[in-house]
Amino acid sequence: MTTNQLMFVIFSAVIIIFSILTVTSRRILRAATYLLFVLVATAGLYFLLQFNFLAAIQLTLYVGGIVVLIIFSILLTSHLGDKLEAPGWKKTVPALFVAVFGAVMCTITILQYNFPMEVITGSDRTKIREISYSLVSTEKFGYALPFEVISILLLASMIGAIILAKKRKD
Amino acid sequence: MFEGVPLQWFLVTGTIMFFVGIYGFLVRKNLITILMSIELILNSVNINFVAFNKILYPGHLEGMFFTIFVIAVAAAETSVAIAIIINIYRRIVNIDVEKMNEMKY
Amino acid sequence: MIDFSFTALILLIPLFMFVVLGLFGNRFKPLVSGIAGTTGLFVMWVLSLITAYMYFFVLEKAVDGTFQKFLAVNMRWLTLTDKLHIDMGVLLDPISVMMLIVITTVSFMANLYSIGYMKGEKGYMRFFSFLSLFSFSMLGLVVATNIFQMYIFWELVGVSSYLLIGFYYTKDAAVAASKKAFIVTRFADLGFLIGILMLSYLTGTFDFITLTGPDSPAFTSGQGVWFLGLSTMTWSMIFIFMGGAGKSAMFPLHIWLPDAMEGPTPVSALIHAATMVVAGVYLVARLFPIYVSTPVALDVVMYVGAFSSIFAAIIACTQYDIKRVLAYSTMSQIGMMMFALGISGYGGHEGLGYMASMFHLFNHAFFKALLFLGAGAIIHSVHTNYMNEMGGLWKHLPITHITFLIACLAIAGIPPLSGFFSKDEILAAGLEKSTFLYLVMMIVSGLTAFYMFRLYFSIFWGKQTQYEHTPHEAPKTMTIPLLFLAVGALLTGLIPFSNFVTSDRLPFVAHLEIWVAIPAVLIALVGMVIATLFYRKENNLPEKVFLALGGFSKAAYHKFYIDELYLFITKKIIFNYISRPIAWFDRHIVDGTMNGISFVTNEISFRIRKFQSGQLQQYALVFVSGALFLALIFIYLWTN
Repeated sequence: MTTNQLMFVIFSAVIIIFSILTVTSRRILRAATYLLFVLVATAGLYFLLQFNFLAAIQLTLYVGGIVVLIIFSILLTSHLGDKLEAPGWKKTVPALFVAVFGAVMCTITILQYNFPMEVITGSDRTKIREISYSLVSTEKFGYALPFEVISILLLASMIGAIILAKKRKD
Repeated sequence: MFEGVPLQWFLVTGTIMFFVGIYGFLVRKNLITILMSIELILNSVNINFVAFNKILYPGHLEGMFFTIFVIAVAAAETSVAIAIIINIYRRIVNIDVEKMNEMKY
Repeated sequence: MIDFSFTALILLIPLFMFVVLGLFGNRFKPLVSGIAGTTGLFVMWVLSLITAYMYFFVLEKAVDGTFQKFLAVNMRWLTLTDKLHIDMGVLLDPISVMMLIVITTVSFMANLYSIGYMKGEKGYMRFFSFLSLFSFSMLGLVVATNIFQMYIFWELVGVSSYLLIGFYYTKDAAVAASKKAFIVTRFADLGFLIGILMLSYLTGTFDFITLTGPDSPAFTSGQGVWFLGLSTMTWSMIFIFMGGAGKSAMFPLHIWLPDAMEGPTPVSALIHAATMVVAGVYLVARLFPIYVSTPVALDVVMYVGAFSSIFAAIIACTQYDIKRVLAYSTMSQIGMMMFALGISGYGGHEGLGYMASMFHLFNHAFFKALLFLGAGAIIHSVHTNYMNEMGGLWKHLPITHITFLIACLAIAGIPPLSGFFSKDEILAAGLEKSTFLYLVMMIVSGLTAFYMFRLYFSIFWGKQTQYEHTPHEAPKTMTIPLLFLAVGALLTGLIPFSNFVTSDRLPFVAHLEIWVAIPAVLIALVGMVIATLFYRKENNLPEKVFLALGGFSKAAYHKFYIDELYLFITKKIIFNYISRPIAWFDRHIVDGTMNGISFVTNEISFRIRKFQSGQLQQYALVFVSGALFLALIFIYLWTN
């Protein structure tokens, strides 16, 4: 087993275990913490795949931004001591069935599929400079338009969130 | 170049994470935990994107950019969702999906 | 050529008054609405008089010396196809102008009278708005330019009659009477509608001018096609006459008229004596050229008229309710008019019956309205409808007494009052046609004189009755119309009617037939003398005669059991054998199907209601399972 494989197994084990814990834990703050682990492990996978920039984004944005936001809202809306109500079997059984069935079906499909062996190679373009050029380029493989669109989306959602959460006068 | 780990392994990990997220979405009652499940689902997709990109098309960056955009959309979605959740909480002091039935029937 | 388009105003004023009084009547004081309605009718009356003057005296005649027949106003109202369209407008010819005068005069008088008569009644403004509606629809009927417009207004007249008969809608009898009137006339109008459809199908037009013109399509088409021994044109005219008979209370569709007396008395005077009930006569007169071309239909008119006339006259002799006596008298007189139309020919002296009929209609409107208004004044002061509870009223009600006497003399046909002249013309025309029918009409005249004076003596002379309150003369608003109409009853007979209204609109000179007039006057006098003997002083002669006639008089008292016959047919036969099964079918099969469908829908939706739980997670579960299911199908099962 190579180092890569070992690392992958560790990361994916962390991801799978903690994601299961995230959706089953009855203490909401712990669930958030488990989510944090999952996200960090995902960042680890990105490092493993040599997407350093992406991993950094994952850590800063997801771990540092979204999870913190979630934890804040948990603190605002829940009492920390409380345990969540356990879902009834009427909900868990069909959901479990669907989830397991889907997972098995997809896994079987993936394992049966023959992915092309010959890998299309090219220069490794994961340098920050390359990424930045691509992000604002309007040429082929340039992402100027989605970049602008996503900027506007973020701005709009920011304004929307402020307006929604603002206390009404009435 | 990246070697040693087959693509399928990444995909299976992503699949399991995805369906765990689905399960959470279906059974959790608290709105915030549902939101967390959604994050799980998004992350599993990200892993797929990145794995495809790296292993099948190492000379390209599409997968990575999609991941970046997904993360951005997730951030936007989370901020709005949390604003809505806080708003609902302020009105009915509850964020349980099953109890939000004032406008039912 | 004078512009007659102002005649549209005659129609629009009462419509406007109806809308205003109907919608805003509650805002006014009751008296204000009465005065407003009457003012509107006054304006309309003046306009009609102007129209009549201009039409008969100012407007030059057509080239052949006839009065012109033209459309004063015309507009296309409904266009169904290029050929089939329905117009609205005002048609002026001698009979419509004459009817304008009759209707507006009587309407105006009845309205004026009602201000006093209806004082303090609940629904004062409702009454006046309905009266305006009636005037509007009746005028629309007489000036109709085409048979379809006439039908529309014909039904409107029926509706306003229904509304006014049922004016005292808290009284069961009034409600029943209004329903009866509406249903019976409606049934008759079904015939009218069939007749209209046949006529317009055969001729391809609704227009009166085309239909009754010298080369009308009605003379040629439909005459050759036979059904049950009669041509289709004859059938259509008989059906149209059925509508007219219903409105004019001809036997056997007369049963609604006596009951209609439940309405307020001014309404009886206006609608059920002077105007609406002569609509049938007017209808026949309007289509007279076609009737002449279908002799069988005209004979039907004649026999129905003659029979109704004598039938009603006999019943009138036995009734005690004064308004019912007058109602049967109305029916009898209208029967005479129908008879006169039925014996008439077309053109010149042949058309004597037509002229006599119109003349009688004109005179009758005055004296019958007067009789009803007088009866109203009597009822108003003694609070009863029954003549055997009255008597000796002459000294209490002097004006009513005099005017009533004039009206009685007029209807009995004593010269020189109006009824004499028109009745004389009818009898003269009848003698030319058939001696038997002439004799029938003579008997009717005698009976008319008898029952009118029976009424007169019972009310004003006879026994001295003690009243709870001393009867008092009616207020001025009621006596003025009485006096006015009395003058009318005195003088209208002197109008040389054949100069104005004739079958072919060509004036001719009608002589007073002295050999017809003398027997007619004599038989009227005989009737009066018998009535005087019977009823001048209280005695037991009437009862003796009543008993001597046995079953016949009893049958007459019970109106020959026609009402009972109708009840038997409707209640026993139609209700039991037709309506019940239909009602059962409707209730159980039709309704059952509908209820079943709604029940099933309701049940199913009640059951599946839970699917729409509003629970997002359930939806998501279904969605994900569906997606997985489709994926399964498309990846594994549906692989070619």
